[in-house]
Amino acid sequence: MFEIVHKRQLSEAVFEMGVRAPRVARKARAGQFFIMRTTDRGERVPFTFSDWSAEGGWIRFIFMRVGKTTHELSHFEVGDSVADVVGPLGIPTHVEDVGRIAVIGGGVGAAVAYPVARAMADAGNEVTVVLGARNEDLLILREEFEALPLKELLVVTDDGSAGEKGLVTAPLKRLAEAGEIDHAMAIGPAIMMKFCAATAKEHDVPCVVSLNPIMVDGTGMCGACRVSVGGETKFGCVDGPDFDGWEVDFEELMSRQRVYVDDERAADADYSRGCSCHQ
Amino acid sequence: MSPVEPDAGAAGPAEKPRHRPSRAPRTPMPERGAAERAQDFDEVALGYTEEMARAEAARCLQCRNATCIEGCPVNIDIKSFIGHIIDGEYEKGVAVLKERNALPAMCGRVCPQEEQCEIACVLAKKGEPVAIGRLERWLGDFDLACELEKRCVPEIAEPTGFRCAIVGSGPAGLACAGELVRLGHKVTIFESLHAPGGVLTYGIPEFRLPKAIVEAEIFMLTEMGVEIVTDAVIGATYTLDELMTEEGYDAVFIGSGAGLPVFLGVPGENLNGVYSANEFLTRVNLMGAYEFPKSDTPVARGRKVAVIGGGNVAMDSARTALRLGAEEVFLVYRRTEDEMPARREEVHHAREEGVEFKMLCSPSEILGRDGFVTGLVATRMALGEPDDSGRRAPVCVMDSEFEIDCDIVIVAVGTRANPLLAQAAPDLERSSRGYVLTDDEGATNIPGVFAGGDIVTGAATVILAMGAGKTSAHAMDRWLAGRSRAV
Repeated sequence: MFEIVHKRQLSEAVFEMGVRAPRVARKARAGQFFIMRTTDRGERVPFTFSDWSAEGGWIRFIFMRVGKTTHELSHFEVGDSVADVVGPLGIPTHVEDVGRIAVIGGGVGAAVAYPVARAMADAGNEVTVVLGARNEDLLILREEFEALPLKELLVVTDDGSAGEKGLVTAPLKRLAEAGEIDHAMAIGPAIMMKFCAATAKEHDVPCVVSLNPIMVDGTGMCGACRVSVGGETKFGCVDGPDFDGWEVDFEELMSRQRVYVDDERAADADYSRGCSCHQ
Repeated sequence: MSPVEPDAGAAGPAEKPRHRPSRAPRTPMPERGAAERAQDFDEVALGYTEEMARAEAARCLQCRNATCIEGCPVNIDIKSFIGHIIDGEYEKGVAVLKERNALPAMCGRVCPQEEQCEIACVLAKKGEPVAIGRLERWLGDFDLACELEKRCVPEIAEPTGFRCAIVGSGPAGLACAGELVRLGHKVTIFESLHAPGGVLTYGIPEFRLPKAIVEAEIFMLTEMGVEIVTDAVIGATYTLDELMTEEGYDAVFIGSGAGLPVFLGVPGENLNGVYSANEFLTRVNLMGAYEFPKSDTPVARGRKVAVIGGGNVAMDSARTALRLGAEEVFLVYRRTEDEMPARREEVHHAREEGVEFKMLCSPSEILGRDGFVTGLVATRMALGEPDDSGRRAPVCVMDSEFEIDCDIVIVAVGTRANPLLAQAAPDLERSSRGYVLTDDEGATNIPGVFAGGDIVTGAATVILAMGAGKTSAHAMDRWLAGRSRAV
């Protein structure tokens, strides 16, 4: 069992959680993920690290309440325990001094962008972060990003309730057009990553994306997470989760992410009937 | 030593009456009817009763030169355990089994006895070998049915002070652990999943190998002192080097299996509804998807399911799909039934339950609409000259493509070595296909590191992996003994 040592509600449906997992924290790197099972009957769900402390023996992640598992998890409190935490899994984000880089974090993807931006800055890069969300309420980790040694933090919301109104691709396009970035890394919903990669490609800027396909074991055993990259089938868990955004088949990824949508809805409806919270 | 017959001395204990073998035909195994069992996940084969076990054991000739023992990959003293059943001394029979095999209830169920011990039985020449596997199962179940304190726990040697790490809790790792712990070493198994057992847990379905049996036999290993750490991926949570240094293990056995599924490489393979057999079976067996939404993991329940392949995993997948409620399940195989690597018994069970066999067909494309599978295109095959495997190679029949209507495709055409191992130990010598290179006893190029099972041989059987685990355990024991002398 793995004890929850931190919980913070970031918005109505977004939570930050910390779990005591010293073995995992010792090895975690930016861009990697772990697999969690909330309970004995739980599914194996991958979460990407938002932060960790090898000394403190804890890992953190941020999730949005979307289905049964995340709904159930949102009711876990500090002192409760989850059944399983295994990791760190996946290949860490390639971090080196590549010069000027834009790190784009959209929605809950900002949680993953945070350690990536931190590692990129630590490696000597000039880092511009584009932080996006649908609205101000869903914008997360703004203060944490502000505390990093960034060149600039650009905030974008769909409705303009914080920062610039629009999509994250607008500032990305400006940065690329102005020749102010050599590299980009986009982490967020598949549709956002698709357009970021396309925008970057138009300006010949390499763009790495962090994919979030459905997984079961997370160790290369099942192939649930397969994605097409440059016409080849890759496994998100052992070959990724980072891939060359120019080459990813995002339509296929989005289609595969929706495969259990009806089941998930049914499971959450079933769970919600017996659940005390009001949504 | 004089070559005196043990029962020739007149001064010995009271002589047992001489065994007169029964001439009765092989005792059939009671099974649930095909129509009933295809509706649920309960075990198909019900096992012998005591009377049946006694009747079957009585058929054994108790040969002076028992050839069956040679046929067993772990050399169980088959003659002796059957002799104990004949005498009604079941505990002694269990003890004989456990001298060689810590997991008899499992092996009795999943070993291909028909091509191992039973084919070597003298009675096999007349087509009716003693049902050794069923008797092993019966004794294994007899032991597990006893109160915990009455169960057979093999004798454990004096502690050696050495610590051994085992990577993977599948058949190879469990057998290796059972042996090492008996030899007096401290043993820790590292398992990447949340539950131990490897393929016994995630792969082989409940209806063929109940998980309660797997859990019970693994529990007996922990009773012997084996420690099992789940949620630990070697190559991620720990590297091999860390096990040998920081974690202080004196020797390591790698039994991580050949876990990476192979796909066909045909168009449409990433459509929703295409599963590797590993994913499909893992969802159902390990994650309990057949009880969704009581369990949280879903699995697509097809109306028409096509399973590609002809091995035991293909049979397990097809029979699982039936139990999930499919109206039709097709087995699509590019050779004929004669070349199928699956056990005859599994083929027979699958056919009985209603799996339809489409032989001499090879899928060339998977069709879909809106991202979901709608069918597959297959090409007719014919058998040509024998290939490297000795089986006649399938060759395409020109212009013979046809469509099979289906909404789920399960690919069961084998597995490869998992790349995580390379991260675990970059210095470990591997073949071009990623399998670990070892000597005959499992020693790798790294001193103190041994390997066995599918990660060395490629996909094989449970008992061969167990045999490799045991062989390595003894090689590790000798290696450790040498080390202690050097200290």
